[in-house]
Amino acid sequence: MIGRALQYTFLLLATLFFLLPVYLVVVTAFKEPSAISLSTTWQLPDRWYWESFAQAWNAFLPKLQNSFFLTVTATLLSAVLGSLNGYVLAKWRFPGANIVFPLMLFGMFIPYQAVLIPLFQFVRDIGLGGSLWGLILVHVVYGLPITTLIFRNYYAEIPDELVEAARIDGAGFFGIYRRIVLPLSLPGFVVVIIWQFTQIWNEFLFAVTLVSSPANQPITVALAQLAGGEAVKWNLPMAGALLAALPTLLVYIFLGRYFIRGLLAGSVKG
Amino acid sequence: MRWFRNKDTLYGFLVLLPSLVLLGVFVYGFILQTFLTSLTDWGRDPTQALSANPQINLIGFENYRELFTGFVDARFRQDLVNTFFFTLFFILGCIGLGLGLAIALDRAPRGEGFFRTVFLFPMSLSFIVTGTIWRWMLQPEGGVNQLPTLVGLPKGTFAWLTSRDQVWRFSWNDLPFFTGLTVGLVLLLVAIAAFRAGERKRGLMASVSAGVLFLWAFTLGRALKPLPYDELHGFNLAFIGIILAAVWQMSGYTMALYLAGLRGIPEELREAARVDGATEWQLYRHVILPMLAPITLSAVIILGHISLKIFDLVFAMAGADNAPTDVPALLMYLTTFRANQIAKGAAIGMVLLVMVALVIVPYLYRQLKGEVRR
Repeated sequence: MIGRALQYTFLLLATLFFLLPVYLVVVTAFKEPSAISLSTTWQLPDRWYWESFAQAWNAFLPKLQNSFFLTVTATLLSAVLGSLNGYVLAKWRFPGANIVFPLMLFGMFIPYQAVLIPLFQFVRDIGLGGSLWGLILVHVVYGLPITTLIFRNYYAEIPDELVEAARIDGAGFFGIYRRIVLPLSLPGFVVVIIWQFTQIWNEFLFAVTLVSSPANQPITVALAQLAGGEAVKWNLPMAGALLAALPTLLVYIFLGRYFIRGLLAGSVKG
Repeated sequence: MRWFRNKDTLYGFLVLLPSLVLLGVFVYGFILQTFLTSLTDWGRDPTQALSANPQINLIGFENYRELFTGFVDARFRQDLVNTFFFTLFFILGCIGLGLGLAIALDRAPRGEGFFRTVFLFPMSLSFIVTGTIWRWMLQPEGGVNQLPTLVGLPKGTFAWLTSRDQVWRFSWNDLPFFTGLTVGLVLLLVAIAAFRAGERKRGLMASVSAGVLFLWAFTLGRALKPLPYDELHGFNLAFIGIILAAVWQMSGYTMALYLAGLRGIPEELREAARVDGATEWQLYRHVILPMLAPITLSAVIILGHISLKIFDLVFAMAGADNAPTDVPALLMYLTTFRANQIAKGAAIGMVLLVMVALVIVPYLYRQLKGEVRR
């Protein structure tokens, strides 16, 4: 009995810890700027004020569009490449694969500060400096290790006999991929797309260094700048934070199962 | 299947080739280039830093020497100390809270799905969003400090991110001594564990190495002084807020890892322990926790490499210019892109890479070793 009581007390306290910031964001976002004061932080708004969202929406709409374009394009490209790579590594193992694969994987753990200077110069030199396409290229390349890893592990579950049988029937490399592997790939694609979508949407370092022109900024950079400015009242950053969080939050709420699978794939067992 | 036996295997190689080339250039090529840049004086002369064809000279490891023992780079050394304390408390927090939550959820409470969703949702947020929210939570005159007033207590007075206090101060010159001592202690623990497991040879090796390190620490380590004067560093209390926010964001991850591990322990095993008369406490202490040890190792390594690289959270919470909450990843950004000290920035980037590689390479090796044998 005492055990049960302890268990629920702990769970409720933890829930409070996790949800208090959410409560604060929501009540702050709905307050009139003049009604926000530090001493009344935790009180509900006297009047629910929607104007902040309209303002944040207007200010952030172009940045949200940038983020959507960037995230969707880079996610799809890296998912397709990851699927093909995973197929090769899982079903056509070649000598040296045991060396190449870890070398690929290392790429997803490096601190990007160790490549940032040449990367910045490279993107500028090929004429993509400051544009979203430069950022897309970078996200596709550094996304390859994780997408390849997830697909490789996923395809390892497809029985080799199935591949062998298709070969005997005369199917080649691409035939096997199209007729056997691809039709079984949907769950793999869901995991990879959700993972990459979340990662790229939330990314900041590349966005803040590689995209110089404000017109091309993704949402994370715009939000950091807005919240970092001292003059702004807090209703706007809070409404902006909610807008910036919404896409990944919705993905998490509706497809949480796949999100967790991606989460675990990044750490457990290559 | 034999490689290049037919054209299918050739296709396979050709499909993989573009990715290999891209990663080869973007990871290894660029790391090499960063390293070479770090050996130059690029950016020391401000007029050269931004010119189209800068005059760049090789100066060897001068940038690294300055970072660790130069007068001007004291900030970098404090950043390393910051990273150390941040990593330590961040990992402890995530492991402790994550394990607690996982155990509580594993004991089948009502509304388990709800709780799990609540504990994990911060993982889907950007560090920038988390940072913005917690920046507001930790305003010295509002937010968390106002919470006690809701139940009639006086309001909190801690300055959070704007705190300038430092505790556990030590001289940079003591670092060789403390490093030797710590590594020696770890080796001693390894030795004890090995002896207990009956591996005498490994135990002897470890205890001899520990002895040598202790000897070194108390003699040469004491005498080794990187700086000609005492430079004090310590734990900046302003980091407490950042640790709190980081634990809020990432402890759901350790919870998910542990929960997956707990679900993998067969019910029969628990039953068997109960039949043998084990109390619930003993069950966890002697059966379940030891089985979760490999998960703890994975979690420590994944969280550790995240915390060594931490950048966006600090940027969003405290701003790039708040010196007490600076970290090397942020300093690299400021040094390179604001101060245009490109070679120095490259050197900081390389130090970060080495720190992360020390954690990740053995881990990848272990993770993949079993598979290669297969």
